[in-house]
Amino acid sequence: MEKPLTKHIIHGSPPLNLKDYQQAGGYSGTRKALKEMAPADVTTIVKASNLLGRGGAGFPTGVKWSLVPMDNECLKPKYLVCNADEMEPGTFKDRYLLEGNPHQLIAGMIIAAYAIQAEKAYIFLRWAYKKAEAELRKAILEAYEAGYLGKNILGSGFDLDVYVHSSAGRYICGEETALLNSLEGKRALPRTKPPFPAISGLFGKPTVVNNVETLSWISHIIENGAEWFKSLSLTGTGGTKIYGVSGKVKYPGTWELPLGITVRELLEEHAGGMADGYRFRGTLPGGISTDFLTEKHLDVKLDFSTVAAAGSRMGTGTMIILDDKTCPVSFIHNVEKFFALESCGWCTPCREGLPWVEKMLASIEEGTGRMEYLDILKFHANYMGPGNTFCAHAPGAAEPLQSGLNYFYDDFVRHIVEKKCPWR
Amino acid sequence: MLTEEEKKEILEEVKHYPYPAVACIDALKIVQHYRGWISDDSVRDIAQILSMSNEEVDGVATFYSRIYRKPVGRNVILICDSVSCMIMGYETLYNYISKKIGISFGETTTDGRFTLLPISCLGDCDNAPAMMINSDHFNNLTVDKVDTLLDSYK
Repeated sequence: MEKPLTKHIIHGSPPLNLKDYQQAGGYSGTRKALKEMAPADVTTIVKASNLLGRGGAGFPTGVKWSLVPMDNECLKPKYLVCNADEMEPGTFKDRYLLEGNPHQLIAGMIIAAYAIQAEKAYIFLRWAYKKAEAELRKAILEAYEAGYLGKNILGSGFDLDVYVHSSAGRYICGEETALLNSLEGKRALPRTKPPFPAISGLFGKPTVVNNVETLSWISHIIENGAEWFKSLSLTGTGGTKIYGVSGKVKYPGTWELPLGITVRELLEEHAGGMADGYRFRGTLPGGISTDFLTEKHLDVKLDFSTVAAAGSRMGTGTMIILDDKTCPVSFIHNVEKFFALESCGWCTPCREGLPWVEKMLASIEEGTGRMEYLDILKFHANYMGPGNTFCAHAPGAAEPLQSGLNYFYDDFVRHIVEKKCPWR
Repeated sequence: MLTEEEKKEILEEVKHYPYPAVACIDALKIVQHYRGWISDDSVRDIAQILSMSNEEVDGVATFYSRIYRKPVGRNVILICDSVSCMIMGYETLYNYISKKIGISFGETTTDGRFTLLPISCLGDCDNAPAMMINSDHFNNLTVDKVDTLLDSYK
């Protein structure tokens, strides 16, 4: 089984330096793109590979790039932004790639910037990722020294500067337009779409925002081709995925596996099954802004379309497991409290709805909840859904809430009837 | 008044951007690095050097959770309270630390040694529970581990 993204990551060891990474075949995709290919040909291959964005939304990367205007001098400079603000609770995959192989990311960013003819690139990095920041800065310096960054890269006439911007907190910065406002030094409020960032992004210029895992693929795809990339997955979508499991399992961790393995395989073969004394009750398959999957979904293939068909979302591909000794109401309360705190406050359903939801859940958890709260919670889960809010924050919060109410309804009722948390 | 060092670092950041106000978050972080927090005076000084209004700078400063608009202790303990760490028992950890140093979330010890704050997911869910003290990251925490850990922060 091929593991292109992680084959050079050795747990507990520092990442390969530029020289060693090059010797292992690194940057060959970058050299190929800049020396032998036109920008449009790069985009064509990435489009053909069907690389879906690995930040959570699964938007086709090549399509995103193809929306950038190519022949308008007035729209320069264009920008590439790497979204490394991994803040989705339960998600720990980009950190692994950033700390484990920063050159793989830089090699991909150079190609992506070349494809859209961006002359500046920013890496928007989560404040807390100190080790990743140090490794990235070191790798960027090495890339400048080797002529992969700066002026006239590899004699191609293409210039690129890369900067690391370490953030100052707030989950909403992961939303791509809020991220752009934050990068401009402002409050991280999401922007109206359209215009999409590909037309008017950072400083009003055409901008592509891609996730760390997405950009880490680019050099491999250019080197080995679209068909090779497609052959890596079990479902034809393309590629492998960095999956993760956390919670009460025997071996929590991250693994690079073919896209499309089942929940059961990930849980039992890779995470070793549930820890002794714990039973599986459900999982949020890709971070907290995804719907619960339960025992009946164990054979669902973890791919964007199949997880969607099962009523959830692939999200970031890192599962959080709900076990039988953890109260589902406190689980959901924890999640909604996070969303309420992290709301940017811009639109009403999110700013007012989330704290209301959080208070009702707290009350149910403490044993002071009333039956009518369950209907009010359902109302909010619907009201905060897609189409009613400015960005995807509140719809994300609605997913674990509405599916949790659906699958664990009896547990909510028990709290209300027994006037206490049965798990305490 | 900003020190020469602070000014120099802020102006260095400004160089990367098309206009000075873009460096607002960088400037807040630079000043906080030297002073521990952002006072009203610092807001005014940053506004001046970046050609912004005081209110604009304060709007940015109060939005971001890692910019402190109140004084904090010499060491800031950030305990992850997100769901994976909840499942793996961050509450036991929090209760222990809170009792040991005698403060709750949002408070600072009277000797100014520690401030205790919650933080959302640190991306270390497979090694939960996790926390940070200042810029240092710790995981797979137990009550025993925390005891010796806290002793090393004076």
